[in-house]
Amino acid sequence: MRQYLAANRFGLGLRPGDGPVGDVTRWFATQWDGFDPSPPALANLPGRSQLANAVLQLRDLQQESRAQRRNRDDGDMANDGAMRANAADAPAAPPRPAAIPEQRAARRVLRDIYAGAAQARVQTALDSDTPFMERWVHFWSNHFAVSVDKIACLPFAGDFEFRAIRPNVRGSFLNLLRAAVFHPAMLLFLDQAQSVGPDSPLLARYASRARQNGRQLGLNENLAREIMELHTLGVRSGYSQADVTAFARALTGHSVAGLARGPARRLSGGTAAGDHIFIDALHQPGEQRIMGRLYAQNGAAQADAILSDLASHPATARHIAHKLAVHFVADDPPPTLVQKLADAFGASGGDLTTLARTLTSAPEAWAATAPKFKTPWDWGISAMRALGIGQNSNMRLNIGLFDQLGQTIWRPGSPAGFADAAANWAGPAALADRVDAAERLCALVPAGVDPNARAAQILADAIDGATSSAIARADSAQQGMALTILSPIFLRR
Amino acid sequence: MQNLSTNRRQILRSAAILGLMGSVPRIAFAAGAASDKRFVFILQRGAADGLSLLAPVGDPDFARQRGALAEVAGGTLVGGSMFRLHGALTNVAALYDARQARFQHAVATRYRDRSHFDGQNLIEGGGARPYAHVDGWMNRLAAMLPAPEASALAITQAVPLILRGAAPVSSYAPTRLPQASDDLLARVGALYADDAMLHPLWEEAMQTRAMVGDLGGDMGRNGAQLGELAATLMAGADGARIVMLESGGWDTHSGQQGRLNAQLRGIDALIGALHSGLGDAWRDTLVIIATEFGRTVAVNGTGGTDHGTGALTMLLGGNLAGGGSVTGDWPGLGNGALYQGRDLMPTAALETLISDALSHHYDIDLQRLYSRLFPAD
Repeated sequence: MRQYLAANRFGLGLRPGDGPVGDVTRWFATQWDGFDPSPPALANLPGRSQLANAVLQLRDLQQESRAQRRNRDDGDMANDGAMRANAADAPAAPPRPAAIPEQRAARRVLRDIYAGAAQARVQTALDSDTPFMERWVHFWSNHFAVSVDKIACLPFAGDFEFRAIRPNVRGSFLNLLRAAVFHPAMLLFLDQAQSVGPDSPLLARYASRARQNGRQLGLNENLAREIMELHTLGVRSGYSQADVTAFARALTGHSVAGLARGPARRLSGGTAAGDHIFIDALHQPGEQRIMGRLYAQNGAAQADAILSDLASHPATARHIAHKLAVHFVADDPPPTLVQKLADAFGASGGDLTTLARTLTSAPEAWAATAPKFKTPWDWGISAMRALGIGQNSNMRLNIGLFDQLGQTIWRPGSPAGFADAAANWAGPAALADRVDAAERLCALVPAGVDPNARAAQILADAIDGATSSAIARADSAQQGMALTILSPIFLRR
Repeated sequence: MQNLSTNRRQILRSAAILGLMGSVPRIAFAAGAASDKRFVFILQRGAADGLSLLAPVGDPDFARQRGALAEVAGGTLVGGSMFRLHGALTNVAALYDARQARFQHAVATRYRDRSHFDGQNLIEGGGARPYAHVDGWMNRLAAMLPAPEASALAITQAVPLILRGAAPVSSYAPTRLPQASDDLLARVGALYADDAMLHPLWEEAMQTRAMVGDLGGDMGRNGAQLGELAATLMAGADGARIVMLESGGWDTHSGQQGRLNAQLRGIDALIGALHSGLGDAWRDTLVIIATEFGRTVAVNGTGGTDHGTGALTMLLGGNLAGGGSVTGDWPGLGNGALYQGRDLMPTAALETLISDALSHHYDIDLQRLYSRLFPAD
C-alpha cells in the first residue's frame, strides 16, 4: 500500500514508464531538489503587460458602451417631447451592437489566455517527474485561491500559480504569503486594487469629483479579511472586525499598475501595466492597531510588518497544519499529525521544506484505513498519466474534462478554494460522470496495451484480487484500462 | 476430434471446401480497372455467444446443455431446421432468404486460451500467437488491392490494430460518445458492489440514469445510426472501400438473454442500415461479422456464459459464395464432443474462412491471400 500511497496520496499517480517509487524518503528528497519551477510548458505564456492590456481592452469597450447608453438616455429624455411630436421624422434609436461583437472578441481573448495557461498546467502535471512537488504547488495555489469567474482574474490566474506560487513553494511561508497576496490576480480578485485609504492624498484630492460621478472611492476590506480568515490565522481565531478594518487600511496603496479603478489608474509611475505596485497616494496614513499590537510604519512597510506577524502567529501554524493534514491524509485527520505539523511550522518559522518533510515522514500520514477520495483534478490527472496521455494528446479534451467532472481549473468560485472532503466530490452523478469520462479517455488507449500488466504497475501494492480479476475479465484493452482507473482503489489516494 | 461420434455430427455443405476443390487456377493479381468491391469487417469485442445467435435446436444435447438459455421463442429456422437464427436478427434473416447470408459455426482463430486481450490481439493481428504482429490483416489486405479498393477506414476513435500497418488508413468516429456503454456500467457496478461508499452512490446514479448501450441502446437506433454512417462514408467514388466497425458489450457473463436481445437488435439494425444505405453497391459488398472466441456451452450461475472457444461467424453480401446456407462441420454438444469438456469444439479456422471469402470476393489466389494475411509467423 505504501508504494501506491506515495504515488497517489503524495503524487499524481504513476505513468506507464515509471518505475516503482521505492524508498519514499529518497523519493521525496530527489523531487524536492529536482523541482523545476519553470518547466517547458510554462515557458511561452504571455507576460503581465499583455494580460493587463487584454483586461483594459474589455474595460474600455464596456466603458464606451456605458457612456453611449448614458448619452442616449440623456438625449432621449431631453428630446422626449419633440420626438413624440415628430415621431415619423425621428431617427431610429442608435443601435449599440457596434460595441457588442467587439466586447465578445475581447472576452474571447481573455478566455484564450486562460485556456492556454490551464492547458499548460495540465501538461506540466502530466509530464512532471516531480509529482509530489506538483501536488505541493497545487495545494498552495488552492490555499491562496483566486477564481476565474471574476473576469479580470481570467487572464491572471495562470500567471498567479506559475509566477507567484511555483517559485516560492520551497522557501518560507511568509515569502509565499507575500508573493500570493500581492500578485495582481489576488489584488484584483479580492478588490484590493481599488481599495483607497479614506484619508489618503488621492481621496482628499478627488473625493468631491468621485462622488459627483456616482463612483465610490474608498476602503475595501475584502483582501484583509480573507488573508486573516483563509490564508493565515483561520476563522474564529481571535481577531475582530476592528482588526480587519485596521489591516485593510494598512493594505491600502497595494494595487495593480494600470488596472486600478478611477483616477488611481494613471498613478502607475514607471511600473509596467499588470504588475503589482504600491502607490503612496492611495495609502491610509498613520498607525494601525491589530490584535493588540501597534504598527507605526510608513507606507508599504506597515502591511509587511503585519503580514510577518500573521505568518508567525500560532493560530496560523494550527490552521496550516490542519489544512495540510486534511488535504494530504484524511478528511478527519489524526490530531497527532496536526500537532506535529503545527509544531514543525512554529519551530522552523514557517519553513516549507521542514513542513513537507514532517508531513511525509509522519507515520500517521501513511494510514490506509480511510483514504482520501480523489478530487476530479487528482483523478483526471492521475488517470491521464496512467493511460500514458501526454504530449501528443488532444489538449482541448484535457481541460474540458475538468469542466465535465465539475472542477473547472482555477474556478473554485470562492476565495476558500476547492473543498477537500469526499462529501464534496463523491456524488452519484459525479461518479457516473467519471465512468463516462473513463470510457472516452480509454478509447485513446492503443490496442497493444496489456491492461493486466498496466493495472499491476499503476495500482502497485494496492491492487486486490477483485480488481485484478475484473480487469482480467474485461472485454478489451480499453475496457480493462477503464476499469483500472475506475477501480475503488484508483478513485482514492 | 477423433472422439466425435459421427451420428452426432452433421456434415454440412462447406462452401470453403467446395470452393477450394472446384477452383480453377485463378489469376494471381487483383482485378484491375472498374472494380468496385467493398469489404466491411465487424468485430464483436467481448466474445459473442454463437449458440444464442444461431441456436443448434436440432442437436439432441442442446436443450439439456443450455438449460434456460435454450428456451427462446421466435427466430427463423435455417440450415435444414438444424439451427434457429435469433429472433432479433430480422434483417439478417431476410438476407439469408435472399441467399445473401451464410453462417459458419464452431469457428476459431489459432488462439486457444480465454483472454479477451490476447484473443482480440490475435484476431486483429492475424498471427499464430498474441502480439506476433504490429500490423493487422486488414491493412495487409489493403496493401494487396489496387488504389480505389485499398482505401481503408476504421469507424473508431483510434485506428485499431486490425487496420494498422504500412497501408494508409483513416479513422472516423462521431465525437463525444455521450455516455458509457451498458457493459462498462455493469462491470463498474460489480466492482463497487462491496464498497460501502461507492455502492449506494452507484445504485443511485444508475436509478436516475437512462440506460443507453452502444449498439443495443435506444432499441437498436444506435446500431442503425452506425450503419447509416458507415454507408455514407462508403458511398460514391471517393468513399472508403475497406471498413472496420467494432461493437462492444458481447461479454455476457450475466443476464445474457436480455443483453443479447438488445445487442442483436443493434447489430441487425446496423446491417439493415448498411444494406439499404449502400444501395446498388451492396452487390459488390462483403460483410464479415466475427468475434475473438465463443462462450461456454453450459450456462453459469448468473444467467450468462463464460469465455469459450468455438464461435459463430456470419458472412453477408450481394455476391456471396454459398449464400443461404449454414456451412462447416457441426461438432455436436455431447459432453465428450466439447473442447476441454466445456466449449464448442472448433472445426474451422477463422483465418481460412476469411481468406476464402476474400479470395472469392476480390478474385485473388487463395494461397497467396492466406499467406499474406495470416502468416504462421
